[in-house]
Amino acid sequence: MGAIATDFQDFLEAHLGQELLRFTTAGSVDDGKSTLIGRLLHDTKSVYEDQLAAVKKSRVNRAANGHVDLSLLTDGLKAEREQGITIDVAYRYFSTSRRKFIIADTPGHEQYTRNMATGASTADVAVVLIDARAYLREGKLLPQSRRHTYIASLLGIPHVVAAVNKMDLVGYSEETFRAIRAEFVEFSTQLGLKSVTVIPVSALEGDNVVSQSKAMPWYDGPTLLEFLETVPLAEAGHDGPLRFPVQLVQRPDANFRGFAGQVARGVLRAGDRVMALPSRRETTVKRIVTWDGDLPAAAYPQSVTVELEDEIDLSRGEMLVPSSSVGELALPSIARRFRAMVVWMHEQPLVVGRTYLVKHTTRTARATVKAIRYRVDVGSLEHQQADRLVMNEIAEVELETNLPLFFDAYAESRTTGSLILIDGLTNATVGAAMIVGASESEGADGEQAALVLVAGRAELAERVRDGMEARGKRAVIVDDPLIPIESLVAAIRALSLAGVTAISARSLSVNELEQVRGFAEGRIVLAESLEDDEVLRLSGVEA
Amino acid sequence: MTKTTALDIDSTLLPARLNHLQALEAESIVILREAVAEFARPVMLYSIGKDSSVMLRLAQKAFYPGKIPFPLLHVDTSYKFPEMITFRDAYAKEIGAELIVHRNEEAIAAGANPYTLGTQNCCGLLKTRSLLDALAEGGFDAAFGGARRDEEKSRAKERVYSFRDSAGQWDPKNQRPELWSLYNSRLRKGESIRVFPLSNWTELDIWLYLYAEKIPIVPLYFAKERPLIVRGGQMTLYHDGLKLLPGEEVRSEKVRMRSLGCLPCTGAMKSEADTLPKIIEELLTFRRSERENRAIDHDEEGSMESKKREGYF
Repeated sequence: MGAIATDFQDFLEAHLGQELLRFTTAGSVDDGKSTLIGRLLHDTKSVYEDQLAAVKKSRVNRAANGHVDLSLLTDGLKAEREQGITIDVAYRYFSTSRRKFIIADTPGHEQYTRNMATGASTADVAVVLIDARAYLREGKLLPQSRRHTYIASLLGIPHVVAAVNKMDLVGYSEETFRAIRAEFVEFSTQLGLKSVTVIPVSALEGDNVVSQSKAMPWYDGPTLLEFLETVPLAEAGHDGPLRFPVQLVQRPDANFRGFAGQVARGVLRAGDRVMALPSRRETTVKRIVTWDGDLPAAAYPQSVTVELEDEIDLSRGEMLVPSSSVGELALPSIARRFRAMVVWMHEQPLVVGRTYLVKHTTRTARATVKAIRYRVDVGSLEHQQADRLVMNEIAEVELETNLPLFFDAYAESRTTGSLILIDGLTNATVGAAMIVGASESEGADGEQAALVLVAGRAELAERVRDGMEARGKRAVIVDDPLIPIESLVAAIRALSLAGVTAISARSLSVNELEQVRGFAEGRIVLAESLEDDEVLRLSGVEA
Repeated sequence: MTKTTALDIDSTLLPARLNHLQALEAESIVILREAVAEFARPVMLYSIGKDSSVMLRLAQKAFYPGKIPFPLLHVDTSYKFPEMITFRDAYAKEIGAELIVHRNEEAIAAGANPYTLGTQNCCGLLKTRSLLDALAEGGFDAAFGGARRDEEKSRAKERVYSFRDSAGQWDPKNQRPELWSLYNSRLRKGESIRVFPLSNWTELDIWLYLYAEKIPIVPLYFAKERPLIVRGGQMTLYHDGLKLLPGEEVRSEKVRMRSLGCLPCTGAMKSEADTLPKIIEELLTFRRSERENRAIDHDEEGSMESKKREGYF
């Protein structure tokens, strides 16, 4: 935003075409993170005069040698100004002629892992601060720096840059920088990080933050700002097969029924065949409607409204995915049981056996913690046994939901691989989870039954239907007098094609049952002598 | 965001990467739709200012081709600029939105004003109290507000979904973590959530969007010769009925408003900017934050934070 373009139209055009880059900053208490952000804002002329004046006359000044305390530009709340620490995620904004930036400024204090995870969840880049002087003192990276880098990798941030700060306090020593860089790169490689950059800076003096440092002629890489301005962003639509979670159904009048949502992954194209989950009904995208006119195609993060060719049953919490003709690989996992890395964020610990609410894309379900597979020691990255998880701990957890979720592994898709856990009693957001994958023990219980046969037990038939409907599954009792017994198999077949479970209290002959098996092998629940509860469980209705 | 961009996309090709305004717009639409899907009775706080104008356009886009599925609520302190009220009524009618106007009539009748009460007390009665009453009366469990995180330091930590207890108050230490775009809308009876769809927009983004989208705004934002007095170091627009203090005199200057609050507490600035591009150019030349001309924010260090705790936006 620095210089004013003489030709203002050119300026407007440039600003209207800017890209958006979101980055997060992580550092330990004394790494000088607030000063670094203050420096970025100050040197890109993003600080207003009155804000700077207020900082200059502030009662607090922790900077030495007559420097303006730039950290005061970012320490927002009273408590922080008094204690000199940052206690919550704060968002900052600045722009240059090349990009607009959103900074999630996250605190580095030991107990605030949850804040770092929060800031990291939406970031394209993580800036991890390393205090060069503390490194010299300890002879190794501080545990916090390792933890921050681990969280950046866990949250799937595409690019990680280490800003080695306070180079002025180590005599701008190339040797010190090289030692830190070697250790950082080794640790990052261990974590599987693919894009890692290390830059020597002094936030206090302004070296290599915005302008190239004269004090470190041995460094010929980019300044921090140059890196942020040029690091490549993901291309739209290159992120895999279509996922369109329905946010809400728009019915402004009898002639229009549209499905509003954000393309979470892949590309949505007018004219494409798509499949609705969980019904597995297929149809074609008729129009992609927006206020600015119909679009031929849309990709993440566009928000659009989809009109479909056929009247199919589709509502909030359900999803449009590629047609099955594209192949099974293009489908998300459809499962109730899965493994996820959980960051715990609440004083009340996570306990095995407890049930929480989960919000995954636009779907809310109940999830029970079946097991903690291991807890991660974020210092050593070792796996440990655990039966509970306290605040700021991280573990791989096995969860089972009452409804199937349609998901991808978080490593493939941050939007369809993430979920939050909510305490159903206090409504607090207690955890964040990144899905690893469906559990192997899942078996067939993710698949909706084609037929539930409860011969002679009409009341049970109703309980099964009501239970399935309450869980968002469509089910119909086919014992209507207008469906003659000889047409029962045809009715079950038709419903099965529509993704609806047929329930009957009538009796089928062995021959008829064989016919049903022909198209629904493995998706038939026979009550026979089973208890009611067992039939409900097999039908996907929890007793 | 604009028709031209959409038409540039060849249907055989992947859509182009969004520019920053399109990305911000998409994010805001997700927030608006999510709140409408999950809350029982949302309302939009409509302040008539430029941010409200952007928020309103985003709501039109979010629910297109339907109408905006919630009412607009304007908290009228009785000290708003007459041009704002005229604009409000005409624009709400034009876009077919339901408009609720709420005033703390009791306090207005008792003569509440910033001169004798001070800005903090006056705001407390006419804005904060009035807002909380209006939300309670309407039974609203969610209220959209146009606040942006770049406006003021305490707002930098505000969530998109800002949780308020049953007294409407904000506790900065008891906010829910917010990850990805997964918002927690769960409430107990009496609790509510303020939803801020413009959280990630900056003042420059707002102006660029108003320009790109040709969104109408109150004419007070554009520079014009206007009668004014100088009071408490700020230029206050003169209007009929304003009592002059000893030594004050009405004069005329070419001025505009950078933000619109209440008439006595919002100062005008000298300006030649009478079009949106000129305003944007001016914004980049004058490096002063937009809330600087609001008396309320400067009463003491941290005053915005104190007001928010009490229930202010």
